[in-house]
Amino acid sequence: MELEKFELGATHYKESDLKEGKLLSLPWTPNLKYAWDNGVAIGRYLTELKEGRIIARKCNKCRRIMLPPRMFCELCWRPTDEWVYVQDTGRVNTFSICYVNWDASRIKKGEKPHLPAVIEIDGASPGMGILHLLGEVKPEDIKIGMRVQAVWKKPEEREGAITDILYFKPVRG
Amino acid sequence: MAYRRVAIVGAGITKFVRRAQETGKELAFQAAKMALDSCGLTMKDIECVSLGTAPDAFDGVHMKGEYLSDGSGGWRKPYMRHFVGGGTGVFAPIHGWFHVASGMFDTCLVVCSEKMSSCHPHPQGAFKTIFDHTTEQPLNPTLIWIFALEMNRYMQTYGITKEEIALVSVKNKKNAMDHPSAQLPMEITVEDVLNSEVLAWPVNRLDISPASDGAAAIVLASEHVAKRITDKPVWIDGVGWNLDTAYWATRDLAYPRYVEKAARMAYEMAGIKEPQKEIEIAEPYDPFDYKELHHMEGLLLADRGKAVEMLLDGKTQRDGDRPMCPSGGALGVGNPIAATGLMKVIEIFLQLRGEAGKRQVPGNPRCGLAQAWGDLMQVGTVVVLRR
Repeated sequence: MELEKFELGATHYKESDLKEGKLLSLPWTPNLKYAWDNGVAIGRYLTELKEGRIIARKCNKCRRIMLPPRMFCELCWRPTDEWVYVQDTGRVNTFSICYVNWDASRIKKGEKPHLPAVIEIDGASPGMGILHLLGEVKPEDIKIGMRVQAVWKKPEEREGAITDILYFKPVRG
Repeated sequence: MAYRRVAIVGAGITKFVRRAQETGKELAFQAAKMALDSCGLTMKDIECVSLGTAPDAFDGVHMKGEYLSDGSGGWRKPYMRHFVGGGTGVFAPIHGWFHVASGMFDTCLVVCSEKMSSCHPHPQGAFKTIFDHTTEQPLNPTLIWIFALEMNRYMQTYGITKEEIALVSVKNKKNAMDHPSAQLPMEITVEDVLNSEVLAWPVNRLDISPASDGAAAIVLASEHVAKRITDKPVWIDGVGWNLDTAYWATRDLAYPRYVEKAARMAYEMAGIKEPQKEIEIAEPYDPFDYKELHHMEGLLLADRGKAVEMLLDGKTQRDGDRPMCPSGGALGVGNPIAATGLMKVIEIFLQLRGEAGKRQVPGNPRCGLAQAWGDLMQVGTVVVLRR
């Protein structure tokens, strides 16, 4: 069978057809709200963030200190054992300079690009990274391996969320 | 081995387009009908149906397996939908393989349908919800971040340049010029890729596959039935799948370990000892150009950090020693998520039968592989095919 010999179907229409209202299009905002239970591990993680600290969880079998903290070790498949405070400093594992918002719209002219990074936190096991943002740095100056430190919201503005850390900024050393 | 042999005996695929007038059901029907016609069967001959389709959020229809069942030929038949994001299109035939290899059924229709355009202005908006709701979503992530972060890490680890990676996009979009279903066939240069809009450095627009609508389908049959249907069955000799943790930031981003685990499972089943010698042609999943290289390494088709050398040497061209994505891949043919992986399986099926037309690779390959990958960079799905 060669594909050329078949009627392939799938009829293309243009974006302009959509804009000109030639298709039925219903904007719809689902009226749903989610109350996510934080759970034991993430609950403590968020509570500690409100206090300006980062907490991890250790498995005494594989001896990993894990971030984000978890109540069970997925490698050893057993409950984890201890809470361990880690630093609010770390190293950039990788980063991007992003001109696209979450909904695929583009950032406006003059706005700064988003600077997402994977940051390996000091005190956690090697390779334990978290997703966060970089700040107080020119995009062209960011390097993989660069040392960074958390910049926290003011204590009274913290709400027990990952955004209690505003971003990570470069530090010497 | 305790399994029955399973063959692919027919295939169908729609055009891949940015926006299709047809509904997801209608696309599924078009591909399924073509697959049946291609091997002279009707729905009466089909004993069960396996449907693959990725996030419900694209269609705004929750549990869309049920929604798509009639167009897929699942009416009053044993029918099951599953999805593992982008890995779906290769997991669907694995799932169909279970049905037939187990001895439960002699025939199975595998259908993968995806309509991304229902979700607008852009399906990207639906992807925010795949990130962890507490620790990641408040940072307003876009899915492109994880690819940009992974690509940057991959480049840094092995000293690979953007210019080199762009050659994958150049190759695949050119290969797609010979695929009748292709959405983005193009003759472009490395400069075109580098000069295209920077979305999330190091990812430019032409590094990425498009959003697509489309469907694909194959017919599976047990050995004794397959031999009655066709004199050119293509055997599914190995299947493998693997899911890594959702803590993606904890992973070695330079190497897809979950793909390796899936590949080793499929190779063991197929009796493959030296994949670099025995896998003559492959369709690694290429939603981003660096992914083809990254996945070749995970599939053990190239040593770590060395896939780029095969690319630069021309080995992965259609007329090279080890053709990769001769179809044009997700970058060129298009990327209607679930349908893309099955398009890749169909390409290997056609290539092993010598029926790929203008895309036919030289050398009468006997053994090929299709791979897909998805979720939060978590899943690897692999099938090994032989004629």
